[in-house]
Amino acid sequence: MTAVGPRLQTAWDWRAAGNFIGGGSGAGLLCAAAIGAVGGGDPRLSTTMALILIAAGLGLVWLEISRPFRFLNVYRQPARSWMTREAYAALPVFAAGATAVWFADPTLTVIAAGFGLIFLYCQARILQAAKGIPTWREPALLPLVIVTGLTEGTGLFVLIAAIGASLPQWAPMLLALWLAARIASGSIYHRRLTDVGCPVRALDELERWKTAFLVLGHMLPFALLALGWLAPPTMGVAAALAAVCAVASGWALKFVIVTRTAHTQGFALLHRPARGPVGSGGGHVKPGWY
Amino acid sequence: MTRYVMVADLRRCVGCQTCTAACKHANATLPGVQWRRVLDIEVGEYPDVHRVFVPTGCQHCANPPCMDVCPSTATRQRDDGIVTIDYDICIGCAYCAVACPYDARFKVTDTAFAYGEDAMAHEEKRHDPRRLGVSTKCTFCADKVDAGCAQGLTPGVDPDATPACVNSCIAKALHFGDIDDPDSNVSQVLEENAHFRMHEELGTEPGFYYLWDRK
Ligand code: SF4
Ligand code: SF4
Repeated sequence: MTAVGPRLQTAWDWRAAGNFIGGGSGAGLLCAAAIGAVGGGDPRLSTTMALILIAAGLGLVWLEISRPFRFLNVYRQPARSWMTREAYAALPVFAAGATAVWFADPTLTVIAAGFGLIFLYCQARILQAAKGIPTWREPALLPLVIVTGLTEGTGLFVLIAAIGASLPQWAPMLLALWLAARIASGSIYHRRLTDVGCPVRALDELERWKTAFLVLGHMLPFALLALGWLAPPTMGVAAALAAVCAVASGWALKFVIVTRTAHTQGFALLHRPARGPVGSGGGHVKPGWY
Repeated sequence: MTRYVMVADLRRCVGCQTCTAACKHANATLPGVQWRRVLDIEVGEYPDVHRVFVPTGCQHCANPPCMDVCPSTATRQRDDGIVTIDYDICIGCAYCAVACPYDARFKVTDTAFAYGEDAMAHEEKRHDPRRLGVSTKCTFCADKVDAGCAQGLTPGVDPDATPACVNSCIAKALHFGDIDDPDSNVSQVLEENAHFRMHEELGTEPGFYYLWDRK
């Protein structure tokens, strides 16, 4: 028998989540690389990593579509589809990014980062346009996806720089700022879902991850960064560990949103039917909703 | 203009699933795929509990989110409101499936038959590999509607121009026709009865109406 209440969607799996993970982290890393390049740093390693991440994400989408040799058809609907727009946005990201790496040029890195932001925006809109999934269509998910990508990207930049012993002072500060923005947009998203209503099981699942996300994804990296500021010699290691927490929690968040809290709308009746000659109909029925 | 819609009378539907079977027969859908289905919803709390049978499927929305998201233009809308899928263009991304608030889309990647690995004669004959790995859904039997119209028949009135589910319904719970024609069968039943559409608040403007009481 068909489920009447919302059910977890199975159309998009970890491969789709991988696209949001790779794309968000890659775009965020491009932005951090651009800031670093403007400040005189060498953008090549970070930019190369960013392009690899974005390409890996898109590669996972290619693995997810079941008619992969028709993939060029993805470019046919720029007037309406955010998936098409994402595919178009990827082209200048790779063109500008690859040229920036080739010439180690800060201006081109900034241009690539600009296209990266457009790419990231398209990704966030892809989720929001999925009207069949209440936790995705919620407008507050848009800033959360963007900020999460920027947090992960900055985290990766910090990690790469810390490993290379070339961590600029601004990078841990920027990471802390994005972490603060992510916790704020995450709580707005959560509050919106409870205010406007969403499938009970989706909300339960979100609640299940909330504490880990807060503690391991935010409080721990904040504490590590604070340690680095209080004891500067520890900053390299502390920032690297904070970055790992920030990146891992962002990836986990997107994995959860795409594969665990993605319940369908389910079915609802505005009125129960009137039965028999004197029967009168009843009120609204919406199983499985908060 | 013509705008085809479906009307389901919730007071009449007995949940026999004849329409579901008729759809499978007419469209040769694979096991697990139900373009037309009938939900069995339990309403109320003991001791005042009711069962409501709710035919559902693609609502052929006037503002279909599945079409808005489709990157390949495989999903389109005809002038008469029927939402179509071009199986030769679809890339199987399933974006439309997560965009549809009515759970109306199906994607099957592997051939399956009702009784194991061997196809029955009719399954073998009607197997369509073009439908594997792409999105599929109820078509409002558009081919039949078109063929009937070409012969001067009226959809919703003449069985040869009417979707299989509507023709098969034992309780006369399903109606199909042109809502833009004020004299059509569907316009009349909607005029005479209280009705609603599902998830209307999402702005999809579904072309599927549910009758629930007299006016
Ligand atoms: S019911 Fe779903 S598949 Fe059908 S037109 Fe509406 S959104 Fe598209
Ligand atoms: S699965 Fe096919 S019809 Fe659906 S959105 Fe993708 S390309 Fe369009």
